[in-house]
Amino acid sequence: MCGLCGSFAHGHWSDGVASASATPAAERARRASVANAALAPYGLALKPWGTRYVLASRTGRQSVVDGFGNLWPAAERMLGRACDPLDEAVIARLERSGR
Amino acid sequence: MTGRLPVDVVTGFLGAGKTSLLRRLLKGPELAGAAVLVNEFGEIGLDHLLLERIDGDVVLLKSGCVCCTVRGDLKAAVEGLLGRRARGEIAFDRIAIETTGLADPTPVVATIVSDAALKHRLAMGAVICVVDALNGAETLDAHEVSLRQAAAADRIVISKVDLAGAETTRAIEARLRALNPSADILLLDETSAPPALWLGRSDDRPISRCVADQPAAEPGHGAHAFLLEADRPLDWARFGLWLSMLLHRHGGDILRLKGVIEIEGVTAPVAIQGVQRVVHAPEHLDAAWPPGERRSSLVVIARNIDPERVERSFRAFASSPIVAPSCAIPA
Repeated sequence: MCGLCGSFAHGHWSDGVASASATPAAERARRASVANAALAPYGLALKPWGTRYVLASRTGRQSVVDGFGNLWPAAERMLGRACDPLDEAVIARLERSGR
Repeated sequence: MTGRLPVDVVTGFLGAGKTSLLRRLLKGPELAGAAVLVNEFGEIGLDHLLLERIDGDVVLLKSGCVCCTVRGDLKAAVEGLLGRRARGEIAFDRIAIETTGLADPTPVVATIVSDAALKHRLAMGAVICVVDALNGAETLDAHEVSLRQAAAADRIVISKVDLAGAETTRAIEARLRALNPSADILLLDETSAPPALWLGRSDDRPISRCVADQPAAEPGHGAHAFLLEADRPLDWARFGLWLSMLLHRHGGDILRLKGVIEIEGVTAPVAIQGVQRVVHAPEHLDAAWPPGERRSSLVVIARNIDPERVERSFRAFASSPIVAPSCAIPA
């Protein structure tokens, strides 16, 4: 059984990992790095914290999240505005950074 | 994943013929070993040993998300059945749930795939939507919930085709195919035996591809079906980040998401599907990639959303390398 299926039974659908060889800590670090690419434009950052994560703003506000399942509601509460992946500015910035 | 009981959901607007379909199926082998849960007893008596009635009671999850509303009554009814089965009082090998005609089936699906107490014991089978060939077009025009029911379906049964005639049936079939290209569409009249509707596990099925870019009819209510594709394997974390963000912000307008994706580091194709904000647990398929078709392919049925914008977002977030930018996006 690979980590993808192994993790699905417990938390959010996105919690599974594709690589069974990665340690949970390494996987959390990588996920935080992936999330930070999308969070940085909003001035937010995600760091692993035990088996969970801490979402932090530049002004020092912090919130503990379990994973991607409750990351975006927490980010929007912190920002007081929507995090929209269809926002033209968000897409354009990621397109530029991906070139 | 083994040992979980499959749950099929029968939905469709008032008068579409859900109860009639169930009644006929109960006489055949498809439901011989099933427990059936219905929202209301119609005039047609359902004669089945394991028939249970669900009373109305809705519990909101902490998130307050309408799509994640868990049917407390449904959960209690299912847990009651599972308890009696565990004690050896009754025997069944699958559960069929008939929703009320005015309901979006999403909360029922959410209960099965998301409830902490049920999701380890149950596996989603098929969502089957019954659409009346005679009145289906008017119903789709007048009631958005009927669009949501058809969009959520794995299989659509067009009922009363003998009463509607060939031309009307073809028109509603074309409209439903444009709305939900990932669904099988079956025609049912009053005399033929109902087809075998119940799906096996998704990994029992061959990989099928859907075409969603040339609609033959207008689905209505601003809905569109479109295809997201990627030739390179997707990074699961990035895909999950993107999809969770998209569904959080636009889940109410993402009526259906269904497809097969190729994930970096995973040999087998992975099936993924969801309805609005509810995503099923992804599944590895036993079937190998067909020669020359090793690529991710997702059908999305959405309303009030620009498909081109979704595709650009998908590529920017999930389908190309990302380097963390440093500048803030203006509010």
